[in-house]
Amino acid sequence: MPAEQFHEWLRREGRIVVVGASLAGLRAAETLRAEGFTGSLTMIGDEPYEPYDRPPLSKAVLLGMSAPDRTDLPRRREIDATWRLGVAATGLDLAAHRVRLADGDEVPYDRLLIATGVRARPWPREEEAQLDGVFTLRTRDDAVRLHRRLKAGPRRVFVIGAGFTGSEIASACRHQGIAVTVAERADAPLVGALGGVIGSVAAELHRDNGVDLRTGVMVTGLEGDSVGRVRAAHLSDGSVVDTDVVVVSLGATRNTEWLADSGLGAGPRGIACDAGCRAFDFRGIVTDDVYVAGDVARSPHALFGYQFLSLEHWGNAVAQAEVAAHNMISASADRRPHLWVPAFWSAQFGVNIKSVGVPTMGEEIMITQGSLAERRFVGVYGYRGRVIAAVSFDNTRWLEFYEGQIERGAPFPVEYPTMDRRPEGRKPVPADFPDPSLPTHGATVTLSGYSPADRRLVFTPARH
Amino acid sequence: MRLVVDLNRCQGYAQCAFLAPEVFTMHGEESLVYSPWAGDEHREKAARAVAACPVQAITADGLADPADAPAGAGRVASDAR
Repeated sequence: MPAEQFHEWLRREGRIVVVGASLAGLRAAETLRAEGFTGSLTMIGDEPYEPYDRPPLSKAVLLGMSAPDRTDLPRRREIDATWRLGVAATGLDLAAHRVRLADGDEVPYDRLLIATGVRARPWPREEEAQLDGVFTLRTRDDAVRLHRRLKAGPRRVFVIGAGFTGSEIASACRHQGIAVTVAERADAPLVGALGGVIGSVAAELHRDNGVDLRTGVMVTGLEGDSVGRVRAAHLSDGSVVDTDVVVVSLGATRNTEWLADSGLGAGPRGIACDAGCRAFDFRGIVTDDVYVAGDVARSPHALFGYQFLSLEHWGNAVAQAEVAAHNMISASADRRPHLWVPAFWSAQFGVNIKSVGVPTMGEEIMITQGSLAERRFVGVYGYRGRVIAAVSFDNTRWLEFYEGQIERGAPFPVEYPTMDRRPEGRKPVPADFPDPSLPTHGATVTLSGYSPADRRLVFTPARH
Repeated sequence: MRLVVDLNRCQGYAQCAFLAPEVFTMHGEESLVYSPWAGDEHREKAARAVAACPVQAITADGLADPADAPAGAGRVASDAR
């Protein structure tokens, strides 16, 4: 069948399967229908719920403004899909074009979108993680459990890891007058994502709001009582913190295990895909019928030296899903690249933190507007003489300008005059990111190198 | 009514917090916290907030069809930036 006829047929009566029924999967499905796809659409999700939004789980829900089970995503349009919820995908047969499900079913596809996202990294010691009162926060079920426990009025909440989620949880606890201790391995909160200069501001924010912040420490163990309830956390500096609720916020793990024997270029760092969201196989050859979007994807970005970027960002999930959906049903000349400029936000302790670009690439930072001491500023990150990222604390309206600077590769240091420039902001200083070879949980952008398939991974062919 | 705010797009103008304080509140100067669910009793107010957002950052169920939305009131913005 000639290519144009094939795409016409695909749009009319093709079978599209979306694995992952969260933000990226839903927006992709809506885009497919909006662009005229009239074939069959199957949505597969391991959670038993229709797509819901996760950011409110650590914000509005913990603040008591929303029920944990009431964060369902609004729909842009009807998608007329077959939903397979509460059943995980367990395997993929690339040659036969079939997805295997946990219940034994197999679902055939003409085009597949993988949007399986990430899951919370659990506390590594299983018997301690099983203690009553130890939580992670990623899913609706997590939120229901944690919310219930916080409402019961714990003596002290102990948060492991001061990345964005951990910081937001600490913020919500303090807002409700709950005593909270935060333990962070780095020297300050948010260091992995924003570097030490900004991290020191975040540390003050924690302490001024009454958080008992312990930095430069690791948690060596969680202690339970005789009936299996957590009662204390032991730290590497020898101290012991009495607590009855522990929230493990150690970042996320990519949901790629189900693809381990598929032949796709999938591993712990995510699924490699090209700028058009087409997945690579393990040989580094791009597929034409398997697409990837959202947190589980890693794709090369022209603005950032064609590094493969994994972005655990809400906005990326939406933008990448739209591009993937469009490309899935378009001939090659009509396809679009996913060139979204990374952007994220966090709300904590009443401060609005936002970022554009890739801060973790930054070698130096300069505060071009406002001041760190006032916690109202814009910080600009430079990489090899150009602007690579910006971060704002309560200064969001300027970020769009800096996004333009990033897109143009504007020179760094920033020499032009800016509004509210202070003497401290005239010179760049080291951005102070931790050694990238150490594991950090704070980075929401992972630079994962050039290789589409990690050659150190052993490929085991599927048995069909 | 289900709703979601694209907080990349949101710039803290707080119009929604004035129009539907039961659903949208400001924490600090520009940080918006909102309930992703608005009950029927708040539906009208929430719809007004959606329409009034200067950067069209709010998407809500049943207010408009994004693909062929009429210009103006209730337009659901693309979430991509």
